[in-house]
Amino acid sequence: MKFPFLLDLKSAFKTFTRNKIRSFLTTLGIIIGVASVIATISIGQGASAEIQNTINSMGSNMLVILPGTTALGGVRTGFGTVSTLTLNDAKAIRKDCPAVKASAANIRMGEQVIWRGNNWGTTVVGTGSEFTYIRKWPVAKGTFFDRQQVGSAANVAVIGQTAASELFGLINPVGHIILIKHIPFKVIGLLSRKGFNAFGQDEDDIVVIPVTTMMQKIAGITWVNTIFVSAVSSTDTTLAENQITALLRQRHRTQPHQPNDFYIRNLTEIAQTANTSSTTFTILLAAIAAVSLLVGGIGIMNIMLVSVTERTKEIGIRMAVGATKKDILKQFLIESAILSLFGGIIGIIAGAGISGLISTLTPLKTIVTVEPILISIIFSLCVGIFFGFYPAYKASQMNPVEALRYE
Amino acid sequence: MDNTIIKLENIGMVYKTGDVYYEALKDINLDIPKGEFVSIMGASGSGKSTLMNILGCLDKPASGRYYLEGRDVSKLSMNELADIRNKTIGFVFQGFNLIQRLSVIENIELPLYYAGIGQEEAKQMAEEALELVDVTGKNSSFPNQISGGEQQRIAIARAIVNNASIIMADEPTGNLDSVRSHDIMNFLKKTNEERGVTIILVTHETDIASYSKRHITLKDGRIIKSDLEALTSQ
Ligand SMILES: Nc1ncnc2c1ncn2[C@@H]1O[C@H](COP(=O)(O)OP(=O)(O)OP(=O)(O)O)[C@@H](O)[C@H]1O
Ligand SMILES: [Mg+2]
Repeated sequence: MKFPFLLDLKSAFKTFTRNKIRSFLTTLGIIIGVASVIATISIGQGASAEIQNTINSMGSNMLVILPGTTALGGVRTGFGTVSTLTLNDAKAIRKDCPAVKASAANIRMGEQVIWRGNNWGTTVVGTGSEFTYIRKWPVAKGTFFDRQQVGSAANVAVIGQTAASELFGLINPVGHIILIKHIPFKVIGLLSRKGFNAFGQDEDDIVVIPVTTMMQKIAGITWVNTIFVSAVSSTDTTLAENQITALLRQRHRTQPHQPNDFYIRNLTEIAQTANTSSTTFTILLAAIAAVSLLVGGIGIMNIMLVSVTERTKEIGIRMAVGATKKDILKQFLIESAILSLFGGIIGIIAGAGISGLISTLTPLKTIVTVEPILISIIFSLCVGIFFGFYPAYKASQMNPVEALRYE
Repeated sequence: MDNTIIKLENIGMVYKTGDVYYEALKDINLDIPKGEFVSIMGASGSGKSTLMNILGCLDKPASGRYYLEGRDVSKLSMNELADIRNKTIGFVFQGFNLIQRLSVIENIELPLYYAGIGQEEAKQMAEEALELVDVTGKNSSFPNQISGGEQQRIAIARAIVNNASIIMADEPTGNLDSVRSHDIMNFLKKTNEERGVTIILVTHETDIASYSKRHITLKDGRIIKSDLEALTSQ
């Protein structure tokens, strides 16, 4: 092996420590480029994780069916207030659609709930016994109401964490009687904590009762607001959507020329779309950052050209004592690679710092992962070698006699 | 002719500046036996450095043949010439030509690194060479921290560290006062006598040339005198 690699490294480090400010300014482009790559990717990764979280918290492969406008009578009524969906629709969907695993019809109302003189305005949701499965929302204490209790329109309630703490404070709510519209309900369960949904609403501010009880005793209606459906698997949501559409059109006797009188929101699909667009956004930002890396590379090329000229005499001396073209080329390539790598490492540290600042100072969540760090290191090495090549080649092609004569 | 280390046959050198060709060397024929101490003299512009660069394998002649240790080197590639410079030739320049960024010991080690000699061995060889030129306690100094005379001794140490068989010295005393000049010349003479290193010296000072046994005089790119006689003042 000719010329130990370590000595080239040592010599490269010497060059930089001698010219600290110049080295720093030279690598500023790389530093900014890498820092922005790391920071933007961390924002993108944070957003992806957030979306993934939302997908998971929404429920198992969930579809939401909403009533649509009915053309009957020619009156178009407002969204959600029409009466096209019924409890039997929900039952039929579960029974007749093979791609559907569970369904629950829901009625949602804002109501005052009272316990021993404590009064709390919350959302009361009437739903089916499969609610906990579909929403991936198990109880923390007690039990959820079963199919039988739904069938008999029992006066039982399961309470969310926020509503529970507002009404009961630190007392365990299970077993107590609460009043909804002056009707007594026995609290049989406490839901686990769900947190805030994507719209910033507190999901835990809720009291859940059987949908039948809701219809007959509270709301006095025969239709439902929404139907939650859980597909058999995440890949079956579109199939389930098609089966439900066909079934509901048949049940509602919709003529072929008529539009659907309901809407289906495929939440998994929506979330995946959001995830894809956030990925696209990240790639776009990273591409912009990569451009600044290229600018940084040009900075390195510039300073390496200056350095080669300044050190013409040194090159001549090295050639006189036996350095080949390859030795000189290698020496300067290593120098520019180290210079760029050094910028890359500082950039990674700065980028991680910026990403930390963003997540503490703004509502955005950021995640710094290993891949962008590795990619940045490799990328800055490549930038150094690529942009260092021309100056190093120029150095290696010098004529020893002329290089020695240079003052 | 086993004893001939350098043999030049009809060497010519042409420089081109713009459209003008300039013949810096014309029809040079020269035999130098192993272990000789030769000085090359002549007026400024007579072609001394040009000849030296060809002899030192820094440059290739435009015409003619150059046999170094019996091998025709006039048609070798730059990389092959680099290898010859590394193993066979040591240079001592007028301007010392030490690398300012490297310490004294690192400067001396430089040819050894390009020769692929390991770090430990290189360090030892460099220290031995440094002892030969009588510089002590300056190993980690930088060239700008030591005197010109010392710098030139370091350059001599660098020239002999890889056991070069020839030293090319182009006006090695040009930047030194007379006391230090003679000091350096004594080192070169000692190296020639004790180690049998062939020395080729370029100078235009007769008292410096008088350290050598043979004097070659160039004029307008031609050798006009090549003798072993005592110097006649020019
Ligand atoms: N690279 C070059 N391009 C063009 N002409 C050159 C080049 N190098 C040398 N010459 C010319 O060749 C001639 C011989 O130059 P050389 O350097 O060999 O002279 P020298 O004898 O060493 O002179 P000095 O004593 O001043 O060092 C000079 O006329 C010089 O101008
Ligand atoms: Mg000269």
